[in-house]
Amino acid sequence: MAGGCAVAGLGLAYLTTDARALPAEALRPPGALPEDDFLGACIRCGLCVRDCPYDTLKLAELGYDGPATGTPFFTAREVACEMCEDIPCVAACPTGALDPSLTDIDKAKMGTAVLVDQENCLNFLGLRCDVCYRVCPVIDEAITLELSHNDRSGHHAIFAPTVHADRCTGCGICEKSCVLPEAAIKVLPIRLARATSADHYRKGWEEQEQNGAPLVDGLIDLPDRLPGPGTDNLAAPGGFEPVFQLPGTEAGQ
Amino acid sequence: MSAKTRLPTGQEAIAVKGWLGAHKWLLARRASQVFFLAIFLVGPWLGWRIVDGTLAGSRTLKVLPLTDPFIALQGILAGHWPELTALVGALIVLVAYALIGGRMYCSWVCPINPVTDAAHWLHAKFDIPKGWQPKRHTRLWLLGTVLVVSGLTGTVAWEILNPITMVHRGLVFGMGAAWGIVVAVFLFDLFVSRRGWCGHLCPVGAFYGLLGQGSLLRVSASKRAACDDCMDCFAVCPEMQVITPALRGKGDETPLILSPDCTNCGRCIDVCSVDVFTFTHRFDRRIDDVTQPAKPHVAEKAA
Repeated sequence: MAGGCAVAGLGLAYLTTDARALPAEALRPPGALPEDDFLGACIRCGLCVRDCPYDTLKLAELGYDGPATGTPFFTAREVACEMCEDIPCVAACPTGALDPSLTDIDKAKMGTAVLVDQENCLNFLGLRCDVCYRVCPVIDEAITLELSHNDRSGHHAIFAPTVHADRCTGCGICEKSCVLPEAAIKVLPIRLARATSADHYRKGWEEQEQNGAPLVDGLIDLPDRLPGPGTDNLAAPGGFEPVFQLPGTEAGQ
Repeated sequence: MSAKTRLPTGQEAIAVKGWLGAHKWLLARRASQVFFLAIFLVGPWLGWRIVDGTLAGSRTLKVLPLTDPFIALQGILAGHWPELTALVGALIVLVAYALIGGRMYCSWVCPINPVTDAAHWLHAKFDIPKGWQPKRHTRLWLLGTVLVVSGLTGTVAWEILNPITMVHRGLVFGMGAAWGIVVAVFLFDLFVSRRGWCGHLCPVGAFYGLLGQGSLLRVSASKRAACDDCMDCFAVCPEMQVITPALRGKGDETPLILSPDCTNCGRCIDVCSVDVFTFTHRFDRRIDDVTQPAKPHVAEKAA
């Protein structure tokens, strides 16, 4: 009997770990605990789904949806989260699988938007689509338009939609609204969207600012060897020889 | 064994009490199962928000929280201490079933019960061999296994498979392939193991059985002296081992069915033509005298 139970237990354990593989396009509701904790906390009651006024949330159906059966999720491209200020889904959760300490929906972290395809994004092509920027509920903070020179036309600007992950809630309205047949901007789970810097890695400029001075005493600030007239570049007095010289001009000018 | 043993099950009760009289608890139970399903379904179907959620966790009339205590326990073992709402909900359910009998959940609420009852009905109709009959305590082992797996994997483990919440959630929120699990349970009970799922394996039933160990509402074979050995109660009882101690008790041995396996379904009451059984409370140890015993060997003993 104990052996049979061990086999049954292993089988069940396999199924539970298998169910942990949350597909990238399935986003959890606001305030959802990290996936591993979530699967121990969510009792699959569906109250969050019932109280979602925009029918954004769905319960995963066995065999059809990727997330663990009966757990709530949404697919941004289908119905995005409208970021209700009273967060009814969190209020409905009886167990705290959706963390009740989330009271400001702007602090939600359902995922992070990533402009995944610059080659097809209309703004990156130099057009003024701007839709993802305009629809963002945290406009000018979660998504900004960063100007740069349009090399193709030579005299226009590129308004690059740029996501700032610390302000992005992962609501998915940008992905939902992207005018392309397949969205150029997508909300990804944070584990896929973000890097983490190594623990040992320190940014010298931050350390120096914190210290108010260089961290190592007695550093000699050697002159920078820049090319060009008036520098101390001894290898090529007066500056480097340009690799390419326009016809009719002289070196050094 | 009396000659009546060979009569079709329930025939005599129908002859004596009429069809309705011989099915009243069965009908009440089906009505209860429909009721508990319907109050969840009128929300999504008609927009009447009476009960939101599923059997795993629900909210009645926007205020009363109810949580399946077995699911809550798995969550706690998985390492998540639930919020007060779920704890209160689980406590209410715990107390209620501890009083009325844990396994009343199985026979009066659980949506899988009609499925396995249907399988058993066909099983009896076609006289299929009873097949694999695991030991009665298998479900307790399975219950323990589920709790251990929940703890080790940090998940609410049984919800990966649980046909009860799977089909209930399916009806309320969308079925997906959960039909497959219902069909699997049906076929298992029909061809692999008679009364196999609810009677031997289901860890939810095992949990509720343990919960109802000391419950107040009990079936009593108070008129056991009138028993004519037709065996119909054994034929209809989903947990027939619970009947023997009460029905065959000698002298002042308790006529109460005290086994936590008893689901309080009431079929034994329905099917008995001489009304041996009745619903009562666990302190009612009354044994009725039967002036005209129908049972020959009882008469012999009395002489």
